[in-house]
Amino acid sequence: MSETPRWLDEDAGPVVRPYALIRGRTRSSGDNLDLIATVSAVGEPPADLGPEQALILRAARNPISVADVAVELDLPVGVVRVMLGDLRDHGLISVSAPAAAGSRPNEGILKEVINGLRAL
Amino acid sequence: MDSVLSEDPVALKILIAGGFGVGKTTLVGSISEIKPLRTEEVLSDRGVGVDDLDGVEAKTTTTVAMDFGRITIREGLVVYLFGTPGQERFWFMWDELSYGALGAVVIADTRRLTDCFPSVDYFEQRGTPFVVAVNCFDGADQHSVDDVRIALDLDDDVPVMLCDVRRRTSAKEVMITLVEHSLRTLTAAG
Repeated sequence: MSETPRWLDEDAGPVVRPYALIRGRTRSSGDNLDLIATVSAVGEPPADLGPEQALILRAARNPISVADVAVELDLPVGVVRVMLGDLRDHGLISVSAPAAAGSRPNEGILKEVINGLRAL
Repeated sequence: MDSVLSEDPVALKILIAGGFGVGKTTLVGSISEIKPLRTEEVLSDRGVGVDDLDGVEAKTTTTVAMDFGRITIREGLVVYLFGTPGQERFWFMWDELSYGALGAVVIADTRRLTDCFPSVDYFEQRGTPFVVAVNCFDGADQHSVDDVRIALDLDDDVPVMLCDVRRRTSAKEVMITLVEHSLRTLTAAG
Protein backbone atom coordinates (compact mmCIF):
# COMPACT_ATOMS: atom_id res chain seq x y z
CA MET A 1 0.00 0.00 0.00
CA SER A 2 1.23 3.39 -0.86
CA GLU A 3 1.41 5.89 2.00
CA THR A 4 0.64 8.79 -0.24
CA PRO A 5 -2.67 10.28 0.83
CA ARG A 6 -5.24 9.53 -1.77
CA TRP A 7 -8.45 11.25 -2.59
CA LEU A 8 -11.13 8.76 -3.30
CA ASP A 9 -14.67 9.07 -4.52
CA GLU A 10 -16.33 12.28 -3.44
CA ASP A 11 -13.21 13.55 -1.67
CA ALA A 12 -11.56 13.90 -5.04
CA GLY A 13 -14.25 16.33 -6.15
CA PRO A 14 -16.41 15.97 -9.20
CA VAL A 15 -14.80 14.26 -12.17
CA VAL A 16 -16.39 16.90 -14.33
CA ARG A 17 -16.59 20.39 -12.90
CA PRO A 18 -20.19 21.56 -12.86
CA TYR A 19 -19.60 24.40 -15.29
CA ALA A 20 -18.17 21.99 -17.85
CA LEU A 21 -21.68 20.62 -18.17
CA ILE A 22 -22.81 23.93 -19.56
CA ARG A 23 -19.67 24.55 -21.59
CA GLY A 24 -18.34 27.18 -19.23
CA ARG A 25 -21.26 29.54 -19.60
CA THR A 26 -22.55 31.29 -16.56
CA ARG A 27 -25.22 33.29 -18.31
CA SER A 28 -28.32 32.18 -20.13
CA SER A 29 -31.96 33.04 -20.49
CA GLY A 30 -32.42 31.15 -17.25
CA ASP A 31 -30.61 33.80 -15.19
CA ASN A 32 -33.69 35.35 -13.80
CA LEU A 33 -35.44 32.14 -12.83
CA ASP A 34 -36.68 32.45 -9.31
CA LEU A 35 -35.62 29.67 -6.96
CA ILE A 36 -39.26 28.87 -6.32
CA ALA A 37 -40.46 29.26 -9.91
CA THR A 38 -42.16 26.08 -11.09
CA VAL A 39 -40.92 24.26 -14.18
CA SER A 40 -42.75 21.55 -16.11
CA ALA A 41 -41.56 19.39 -18.97
CA VAL A 42 -43.44 19.91 -22.20
CA GLY A 43 -43.15 18.43 -25.65
CA GLU A 44 -41.15 15.50 -26.91
CA PRO A 45 -37.49 15.43 -25.77
CA PRO A 46 -35.01 15.07 -28.65
CA ALA A 47 -32.83 11.97 -28.80
CA ASP A 48 -29.55 13.85 -28.51
CA LEU A 49 -30.32 15.38 -25.14
CA GLY A 50 -27.48 15.48 -22.59
CA PRO A 51 -27.83 13.19 -19.57
CA GLU A 52 -28.34 16.03 -17.09
CA GLN A 53 -30.90 17.70 -19.33
CA ALA A 54 -32.73 14.37 -19.61
CA LEU A 55 -32.70 14.09 -15.80
CA ILE A 56 -34.18 17.56 -15.50
CA LEU A 57 -36.99 16.70 -17.89
CA ARG A 58 -37.66 13.51 -15.96
CA ALA A 59 -37.72 15.43 -12.66
CA ALA A 60 -40.05 18.01 -14.23
CA ARG A 61 -42.66 15.54 -15.50
CA ASN A 62 -44.68 16.88 -12.63
CA PRO A 63 -44.31 20.60 -11.83
CA ILE A 64 -41.24 21.15 -9.65
CA SER A 65 -39.45 24.20 -8.27
CA VAL A 66 -36.07 25.35 -9.58
CA ALA A 67 -34.55 24.76 -6.13
CA ASP A 68 -35.92 21.21 -6.04
CA VAL A 69 -34.44 20.48 -9.46
CA ALA A 70 -31.02 21.56 -8.16
CA VAL A 71 -31.42 19.32 -5.11
CA GLU A 72 -32.55 16.34 -7.21
CA LEU A 73 -29.62 16.63 -9.57
CA ASP A 74 -27.21 17.62 -6.78
CA LEU A 75 -25.91 20.45 -8.91
CA PRO A 76 -25.35 24.10 -8.03
CA VAL A 77 -28.32 26.34 -8.68
CA GLY A 78 -26.33 28.48 -11.13
CA VAL A 79 -25.65 25.48 -13.34
CA VAL A 80 -29.24 24.29 -13.20
CA ARG A 81 -30.48 27.75 -14.17
CA VAL A 82 -28.36 27.74 -17.31
CA MET A 83 -29.67 24.31 -18.28
CA LEU A 84 -33.26 25.31 -17.58
CA GLY A 85 -32.79 28.42 -19.70
CA ASP A 86 -31.59 26.26 -22.58
CA LEU A 87 -34.45 23.83 -22.19
CA ARG A 88 -36.92 26.68 -22.15
CA ASP A 89 -35.35 28.19 -25.27
CA HIS A 90 -35.87 24.83 -26.97
CA GLY A 91 -39.48 24.68 -25.85
CA LEU A 92 -38.92 21.64 -23.67
CA ILE A 93 -40.01 23.16 -20.39
CA SER A 94 -42.55 25.74 -19.37
CA VAL A 95 -41.89 28.03 -16.44
CA SER A 96 -44.43 29.67 -14.21
CA ALA A 97 -43.21 32.41 -11.93
CA PRO A 98 -44.20 32.09 -8.29
CA ALA A 99 -47.55 33.76 -7.81
CA ALA A 100 -46.22 35.71 -4.89
CA ALA A 101 -43.00 37.07 -6.39
CA GLY A 102 -42.79 40.82 -6.27
CA SER A 103 -46.13 41.22 -4.56
CA ARG A 104 -47.47 39.88 -1.33
CA PRO A 105 -49.87 36.96 -1.49
CA ASN A 106 -53.49 37.51 -0.64
CA GLU A 107 -55.08 37.23 2.75
CA GLY A 108 -56.93 34.01 2.04
CA ILE A 109 -53.73 32.19 1.11
CA LEU A 110 -51.96 33.36 4.27
CA LYS A 111 -54.84 32.22 6.46
CA GLU A 112 -54.70 28.89 4.74
CA VAL A 113 -50.96 28.68 5.47
CA ILE A 114 -51.50 29.52 9.14
CA ASN A 115 -54.12 26.78 9.46
CA GLY A 116 -51.92 24.38 7.55
CA LEU A 117 -48.98 25.05 9.88
CA ARG A 118 -51.18 24.54 12.93
CA ALA A 119 -52.26 21.19 11.55
CA LEU A 120 -48.69 19.97 11.00
CA MET B 1 -54.57 16.27 -13.96
CA ASP B 2 -57.04 18.84 -15.27
CA SER B 3 -57.91 19.98 -11.78
CA VAL B 4 -54.24 20.63 -11.07
CA LEU B 5 -53.85 22.76 -14.15
CA SER B 6 -56.94 24.79 -13.48
CA GLU B 7 -55.29 26.67 -10.64
CA ASP B 8 -51.74 27.99 -10.63
CA PRO B 9 -49.67 26.55 -7.82
CA VAL B 10 -48.73 29.06 -5.15
CA ALA B 11 -45.22 28.96 -3.74
CA LEU B 12 -44.23 31.08 -0.77
CA LYS B 13 -40.77 31.78 0.53
CA ILE B 14 -39.70 32.26 4.13
CA LEU B 15 -36.14 33.10 5.09
CA ILE B 16 -34.36 31.85 8.19
CA ALA B 17 -31.59 34.23 9.22
CA GLY B 18 -29.22 34.80 12.11
CA GLY B 19 -25.60 34.43 13.01
CA PHE B 20 -23.42 31.42 12.37
CA GLY B 21 -24.30 28.42 14.53
CA VAL B 22 -27.41 30.01 15.99
CA GLY B 23 -29.73 27.18 14.97
CA LYS B 24 -30.91 27.99 11.45
CA THR B 25 -30.32 24.49 10.15
CA THR B 26 -31.96 22.94 13.19
CA LEU B 27 -35.05 25.12 12.81
CA VAL B 28 -35.51 24.25 9.15
CA GLY B 29 -34.98 20.57 9.97
CA SER B 30 -37.46 20.63 12.86
CA ILE B 31 -40.36 21.67 10.70
CA SER B 32 -39.60 20.42 7.22
CA GLU B 33 -37.73 17.87 5.26
CA ILE B 34 -34.36 19.53 4.94
CA LYS B 35 -32.08 19.28 1.95
CA PRO B 36 -28.80 20.96 1.20
CA LEU B 37 -29.08 23.26 -1.79
CA ARG B 38 -25.79 23.90 -3.53
CA THR B 39 -25.05 27.24 -4.99
CA GLU B 40 -21.84 28.09 -6.73
CA GLU B 41 -21.58 31.80 -6.81
CA VAL B 42 -19.22 34.45 -8.02
CA LEU B 43 -17.61 36.21 -5.09
CA SER B 44 -18.84 39.76 -5.01
CA ASP B 45 -16.76 42.88 -4.48
CA ARG B 46 -18.20 42.96 -1.03
CA GLY B 47 -16.10 39.92 -0.26
CA VAL B 48 -12.90 41.75 -1.02
CA GLY B 49 -11.12 42.69 2.17
CA VAL B 50 -13.49 40.57 4.18
CA ASP B 51 -12.37 37.22 2.93
CA ASP B 52 -8.92 36.03 3.64
CA LEU B 53 -8.13 35.15 0.06
CA ASP B 54 -4.38 35.61 0.29
CA GLY B 55 -2.74 33.19 -2.04
CA VAL B 56 -5.98 32.23 -3.71
CA GLU B 57 -6.51 35.37 -5.76
CA ALA B 58 -7.68 33.27 -8.68
CA LYS B 59 -10.63 31.97 -6.74
CA THR B 60 -13.63 33.89 -7.97
CA THR B 61 -16.37 31.39 -7.30
CA THR B 62 -17.24 29.64 -4.12
CA THR B 63 -19.60 26.85 -3.24
CA VAL B 64 -22.18 27.64 -0.62
CA ALA B 65 -24.62 25.15 0.81
CA MET B 66 -27.92 26.65 1.85
CA ASP B 67 -30.51 24.95 4.01
CA PHE B 68 -33.62 24.37 2.04
CA GLY B 69 -36.89 23.00 3.34
CA ARG B 70 -40.36 22.52 1.98
CA ILE B 71 -43.70 22.42 3.76
CA THR B 72 -46.63 21.29 1.64
CA ILE B 73 -49.77 22.93 2.97
CA ARG B 74 -51.89 21.26 0.32
CA GLU B 75 -51.51 20.34 -3.30
CA GLY B 76 -50.70 23.57 -5.08
CA LEU B 77 -49.70 25.51 -1.96
CA VAL B 78 -46.14 25.09 -0.78
CA VAL B 79 -43.99 27.04 1.66
CA TYR B 80 -40.25 26.98 1.00
CA LEU B 81 -37.77 27.73 3.73
CA PHE B 82 -34.32 29.04 2.93
CA GLY B 83 -31.59 29.35 5.51
CA THR B 84 -29.67 32.46 4.57
CA PRO B 85 -25.91 32.08 4.43
CA GLY B 86 -24.45 33.27 7.70
CA GLN B 87 -21.29 34.97 6.58
CA GLU B 88 -21.49 38.52 5.39
CA ARG B 89 -19.52 37.74 2.26
CA PHE B 90 -22.54 35.85 0.93
CA TRP B 91 -24.93 38.73 1.32
CA PHE B 92 -25.19 39.27 -2.37
CA MET B 93 -27.36 36.15 -2.33
CA TRP B 94 -29.78 37.69 0.12
CA ASP B 95 -31.23 40.14 -2.38
CA GLU B 96 -32.37 37.31 -4.58
CA LEU B 97 -33.60 35.27 -1.66
CA SER B 98 -35.57 38.07 -0.10
CA TYR B 99 -37.25 39.12 -3.33
CA GLY B 100 -40.90 38.25 -2.98
CA ALA B 101 -40.34 36.62 0.40
CA LEU B 102 -43.34 36.35 2.66
CA GLY B 103 -41.19 37.11 5.66
CA ALA B 104 -38.16 36.15 7.70
CA VAL B 105 -37.29 34.58 11.02
CA VAL B 106 -34.23 36.08 12.69
CA ILE B 107 -32.85 33.66 15.27
CA ALA B 108 -31.06 35.32 18.15
CA ASP B 109 -28.69 33.94 20.75
CA THR B 110 -28.60 36.18 23.81
CA ARG B 111 -24.95 35.31 24.38
CA ARG B 112 -24.01 36.68 20.98
CA LEU B 113 -26.75 39.14 20.24
CA THR B 114 -24.65 41.31 17.95
CA ASP B 115 -24.56 38.42 15.47
CA CYS B 116 -28.13 39.11 14.47
CA PHE B 117 -27.82 42.89 14.08
CA PRO B 118 -27.01 42.68 10.36
CA SER B 119 -30.05 40.49 9.66
CA VAL B 120 -32.38 42.82 11.55
CA ASP B 121 -30.97 45.84 9.71
CA TYR B 122 -31.33 44.11 6.39
CA PHE B 123 -34.98 43.16 6.78
CA GLU B 124 -35.89 46.53 8.28
CA GLN B 125 -34.38 48.27 5.26
CA ARG B 126 -36.06 45.92 2.80
CA GLY B 127 -39.40 46.23 4.52
CA THR B 128 -39.60 42.45 4.82
CA PRO B 129 -41.83 41.41 7.73
CA PHE B 130 -39.78 39.51 10.31
CA VAL B 131 -39.96 38.04 13.78
CA VAL B 132 -37.09 37.58 16.22
CA ALA B 133 -36.91 34.13 17.78
CA VAL B 134 -34.65 33.92 20.81
CA ASN B 135 -33.22 30.42 20.86
CA CYS B 136 -33.09 29.08 24.42
CA PHE B 137 -29.51 27.90 24.54
CA ASP B 138 -28.92 28.87 28.12
CA GLY B 139 -32.30 29.09 29.75
CA ALA B 140 -33.27 32.42 28.26
CA ASP B 141 -36.43 33.77 29.89
CA GLN B 142 -39.01 36.51 29.39
CA HIS B 143 -36.46 38.94 30.74
CA SER B 144 -34.27 38.00 27.80
CA VAL B 145 -37.09 38.77 25.38
CA ASP B 146 -37.46 42.29 26.76
CA ASP B 147 -33.70 42.82 26.71
CA VAL B 148 -33.52 41.64 23.13
CA ARG B 149 -36.28 44.02 22.04
CA ILE B 150 -34.46 46.94 23.63
CA ALA B 151 -31.01 45.89 22.45
CA LEU B 152 -32.22 45.48 18.87
CA ASP B 153 -34.26 48.69 19.03
CA LEU B 154 -37.18 46.92 17.38
CA ASP B 155 -40.42 48.54 16.34
CA ASP B 156 -43.22 47.71 18.73
CA ASP B 157 -45.07 45.61 16.19
CA VAL B 158 -42.15 43.23 15.54
CA PRO B 159 -42.83 40.00 17.44
CA VAL B 160 -40.06 38.74 19.72
CA MET B 161 -40.45 35.27 21.16
CA LEU B 162 -38.62 32.52 22.94
CA CYS B 163 -38.10 29.27 21.11
CA ASP B 164 -36.32 25.98 21.17
CA VAL B 165 -35.49 25.33 17.54
CA ARG B 166 -34.96 21.63 18.23
CA ARG B 167 -38.62 21.17 19.07
CA ARG B 168 -41.13 20.88 16.28
CA THR B 169 -43.95 22.49 18.25
CA SER B 170 -41.72 25.45 19.05
CA ALA B 171 -40.56 25.76 15.44
CA LYS B 172 -44.19 25.62 14.32
CA GLU B 173 -45.12 28.39 16.73
CA VAL B 174 -42.37 30.59 15.32
CA MET B 175 -43.55 30.04 11.76
CA ILE B 176 -47.18 30.69 12.65
CA THR B 177 -46.22 33.89 14.47
CA LEU B 178 -44.35 35.04 11.38
CA VAL B 179 -47.16 34.34 8.93
CA GLU B 180 -49.65 36.05 11.26
CA HIS B 181 -47.32 39.04 11.43
CA SER B 182 -47.02 39.10 7.63
CA LEU B 183 -50.79 38.96 7.39
CA ARG B 184 -51.15 41.92 9.76
CA THR B 185 -48.54 43.86 7.80
CA LEU B 186 -50.38 43.07 4.60
CA THR B 187 -53.72 44.08 5.99
CA ALA B 188 -52.31 47.30 7.45
CA ALA B 189 -50.81 48.19 4.09
CA GLY B 190 -54.23 47.81 2.51
